[in-house]
Amino acid sequence: MQTAGPLDATFAALADPTRRAILARLADGEATVLELAQPFSISQPAISKHLKVLERAGLISRGRDAQRRPCRLEPGPLAAANTWLENYRRFWEESFERLDVLLDEMKAQQTKTKKGKRR
Amino acid sequence: MKNNGNLKVEMHGDRAVLMTRVFDAPRQMLWDAFSKPELMKRWFGPRGYTLPVCEIDHRVGGGFRFVIQRPDGEEVGMHGTFQELQAPERSVHVESFDNMPGESTVTAVFTEAKGKTTLTATVEYPSREVRDMVAPMMEPGAAESYDKLAELLAESN
Repeated sequence: MQTAGPLDATFAALADPTRRAILARLADGEATVLELAQPFSISQPAISKHLKVLERAGLISRGRDAQRRPCRLEPGPLAAANTWLENYRRFWEESFERLDVLLDEMKAQQTKTKKGKRR
Repeated sequence: MKNNGNLKVEMHGDRAVLMTRVFDAPRQMLWDAFSKPELMKRWFGPRGYTLPVCEIDHRVGGGFRFVIQRPDGEEVGMHGTFQELQAPERSVHVESFDNMPGESTVTAVFTEAKGKTTLTATVEYPSREVRDMVAPMMEPGAAESYDKLAELLAESN
C-alpha cells in the first residue's frame, strides 16, 4: 500500500546531517562500516546506528558477506522523497519567478507615480 | 545553479515545510501581492496555471477561496481563514484543499533589509498523509531525474 509511511521514514532518515553525508558517500559506490566511519569523528557503533535507520527507511541495503557487510544506496525511496520536494519546489519557484516580474512592474509604476507627483 | 536558486525548501520536523526566498522589493509590495486578488492572480502558480477564482477577505477572521486550474484543465479548489495579520510583516492563516481532510497552518514572515524582502513561510500540515499528498497535486506526473538526487544530497551537505 502506498501510504505516508515510506515517504515519512525517508524524510526522518534524511533529517540528520550525518546520515545525509553517508548517503552522499554511498552515491559514489558501496562502502563498509569502517570506510564510512573514517571521515566522521564518531564511533563505529554510532555509524552502525545511523545505518540501521537508513536501512529501515529502505535507503540503503547491506551485503550478505558477514565480515564486510558493504552498504549500498537504494535509489527508490530517495527518488520518491526527492520528487515530492521537487514538485513542491517547482510550484513555488515558478510562482515566485512570476512574482519577481510583477514586483518589477510595481516598482516601475511607483517610480513613475513619484516622479509625476514631484512635477 | 539557476539564478532563482535562492528559494530554499526544506522539511521541518515530520509535518512541516519551511520555505525561504528573497525578493528585490520592499515588503509592503509583497504584502500587497499576497493579499490583493488582482495581483495574486498574476503570479500564483507555475506557468500555465491560472486562478479563475480568487476571493480574499483580508482581515482576521476573514476567508479566502481559490480555484487553481492546472495546465491539463483540471481544477483544484482551496479555501482558508486568516488568523493573524500584522501588515506588512506577518500573517498566519489556515487553509485546506477542497477534497482533503484537515487544515494546514501557514505562517508567513516578511523581513525587509536594504530594499530587499526575505519571505520565510512555514506550512504545517495536519498530518503526514496530507503533507505527502500535497506535492503530487501541485505537479501531475513531473518527471524526476536521477541527477536531481545528487543535487539534493549535495545541497543538504
